[in-house]
Amino acid sequence: MEASLATDIGSLDLKPLEKILKKYSDKRGILIPLLQETQKLYGYLPQAAIIRIADSTNNDISQVYGVATFYAQFRLKPVGKHIIRVCHGTACHVSGARRITETCEDQLGVHDGETTSDRKFTLESVACLGCCSLAPVMMVDQTTFGRLNDREVKKVIDNLKK
Amino acid sequence: MKSSQPETARIIVGMASCGIAAGAAEVYNSLQKKITEQKLDVQLDKTGCNGACFREPLVEIRMPGLPAVVYGDVTVKKIDQLLDRHLKNRQIIKEWAVLAESFPTPEEELFKNQVRIVLRNAGSINPEIIDDYISRNGYKAIQKVLKQMKPEDVIAEIKASGLRGRGGAGFPTGLKWQFARQSQGKEKFIICNGDEGDPGAFMDRSVMEGDPHSVMEGMLIAGYAIGANEGVIYVRAEYPLAVAHLEVAIQQAKERGFLGRRILGSKFSFDISLKLGAGAFVCGEETALIASVEGKRGMPRLRPPFPAVKGLWNQPTNINNVETYANIPWIILNGASAFSALGTEKSKGTKVFALAGKIKRGGMVEVPMGMSLREVIYKIGGGIKEDREFKAVQLGGPSGGCVPATLLDTPVDYDSLTETGAIMGSGGMVVMDDMTCMVDVAKFFLKFTQEESCGKCTFCRLGTKRMLEILEKITEGKGEPADLQKLEVLADYIRQGSLCGLGQTAPNPVLTTLKYFRHEYEAHIFEKKCPAKSCRELIAFRVVADNCTGCTLCAKVCPVNAISGAKKEIHFIDPKICTHCGACYDACRFDAIEVLTGILEESSEKITS
Repeated sequence: MEASLATDIGSLDLKPLEKILKKYSDKRGILIPLLQETQKLYGYLPQAAIIRIADSTNNDISQVYGVATFYAQFRLKPVGKHIIRVCHGTACHVSGARRITETCEDQLGVHDGETTSDRKFTLESVACLGCCSLAPVMMVDQTTFGRLNDREVKKVIDNLKK
Repeated sequence: MKSSQPETARIIVGMASCGIAAGAAEVYNSLQKKITEQKLDVQLDKTGCNGACFREPLVEIRMPGLPAVVYGDVTVKKIDQLLDRHLKNRQIIKEWAVLAESFPTPEEELFKNQVRIVLRNAGSINPEIIDDYISRNGYKAIQKVLKQMKPEDVIAEIKASGLRGRGGAGFPTGLKWQFARQSQGKEKFIICNGDEGDPGAFMDRSVMEGDPHSVMEGMLIAGYAIGANEGVIYVRAEYPLAVAHLEVAIQQAKERGFLGRRILGSKFSFDISLKLGAGAFVCGEETALIASVEGKRGMPRLRPPFPAVKGLWNQPTNINNVETYANIPWIILNGASAFSALGTEKSKGTKVFALAGKIKRGGMVEVPMGMSLREVIYKIGGGIKEDREFKAVQLGGPSGGCVPATLLDTPVDYDSLTETGAIMGSGGMVVMDDMTCMVDVAKFFLKFTQEESCGKCTFCRLGTKRMLEILEKITEGKGEPADLQKLEVLADYIRQGSLCGLGQTAPNPVLTTLKYFRHEYEAHIFEKKCPAKSCRELIAFRVVADNCTGCTLCAKVCPVNAISGAKKEIHFIDPKICTHCGACYDACRFDAIEVLTGILEESSEKITS
């Protein structure tokens, strides 16, 4: 996770966030679901949103930031339209996950963890998607693709580029 | 597969995550379209995973007067034939069948040797329809509990069954409940740990996706037993389908009065909510999970006090994992003795395993405790892919270890597996063949635990990092003789100096591979050789002149243009450009590319000879 926050104070529309804050007010243990919904809304956790959440939940900004950086799911920078998550679980590892990531890198022209300059794709590695018997596997947005090889990966990415 | 005779024809598609990844959604949509277009008198339905993931997508056809048949590897192209032959002409396509009621199939061994308690409904019900669950004795156990049993009776029954926690540690479930029952608190909680984080494990995903009500019913019974009115299911966010099915199941259970106030007219009230994990492996540890549910960083704390005394919001809390809860309704309905009749002296009942890696029948199976690893891998799993040589089976994920061929007759039970240096763990079983490098496997797990260490304990945070650096050195051919001892010393420190299971068990993959595959480490260090020909820095690729036809395929797939040669002429791999990725090796159809190891980069003439 990148350590610096995006600079978006003043430019971010906080109105939709207020609705989420209202939904969770007076409930306990809501920080993580709150951050999850915020990320769903903006695609990442904008700095202005983190400050607003800290304020409304009576937390220090550092506490909210601490939670946001602890969990792998949260992002502090905008992501691409499509997120490609290549599984690097045990079964995928022994079935060639490294090559799948490399093929994605070649096709997209970015390194693992980066977003393409046109903001169309973000490439990530994940620990395990739980589809081990179809290894190697990757997930594009909410769709999982199994039994991959170089050719299949190229096909999937080409289809998304269209 | 359901056994009773249906009144109307039904086609059921396996739509678990694994099925969808294999193309089940396209198959389902195409079936739906064709059924409507051709006005076929057949009901289309969905189900979860029946365990035969290696033959996904799976489609079951049930018709009056015909045996039920599950077909495997169904693609959109096969649908017309399936509809024409089976549905319209009542002709069973035997060669496509994975499982059938009336005739043997090549895969029947997969199902024959299983005993299904947790998976009793797997692949048989539509998880989004509560009536399907109810029709298979669903919510009967909670009815029995509320009408006939006192909380103490429930705890006594679970204790008598001998059920131990299926999350990995194997703590007796009944005893855990008793502690939570005896603890005083103004409220109590039930938590279901669905944060299945071990890479290579997918049992809990399958159960939550395919039979969510069985988990919820187990939680209800636990709630009644310890005196809790609130339950939380903590699910990994990486399992969107499990989350969706649980949401539907909770809603339906509320509508039917299985959740909410005064359940089934009793004085017992219980509600269940979902919490989505946010991607931290350490949250599988119970105190870290509780911190995460409370909205904090998921860092473990010192125990005692155990969650049974001080858990969620400092109140008595019982945490079990998905599989443990799914066992509960069966035990209540069938009796503790039926459960304890299965298994070994100290490990009762069954265990679900996720078979993956280099195994022929990758999927999910449930076997009685005490079955040998050999039986699970060869009899049920069908042996090693491409009939290659078995090297090791990895059990228990990053906390577990690698068991070698000489120990294949080890029975699957908590104590025997611990003796090997591995652990039962949550049930991931990743099979490795002669092409898997054991040093690389150890490095893989260390990299995982090092990244997932929450950072609280110094030895876990820094010790795993140092171990990983040594392993990286070894796999790059820069290992030194003293490294093996350094690894062992560090492993010992990390074990002793860590607060939670993550750190205490992190060295296990290294220690077991050092114990059983030390020669592989030594080959890397002394001979600069990777016996499995897998570590990129220690291998080289070369064209076998006799076999090369000059088809140019290798040159086309090479990502760095290291291969030259005209069409129909013998090709050449430039070792100075080659990154050892293996794309050419995989692409070649004539066995014309060989992998070499133990040759130093300097002597490139030797490689290219």
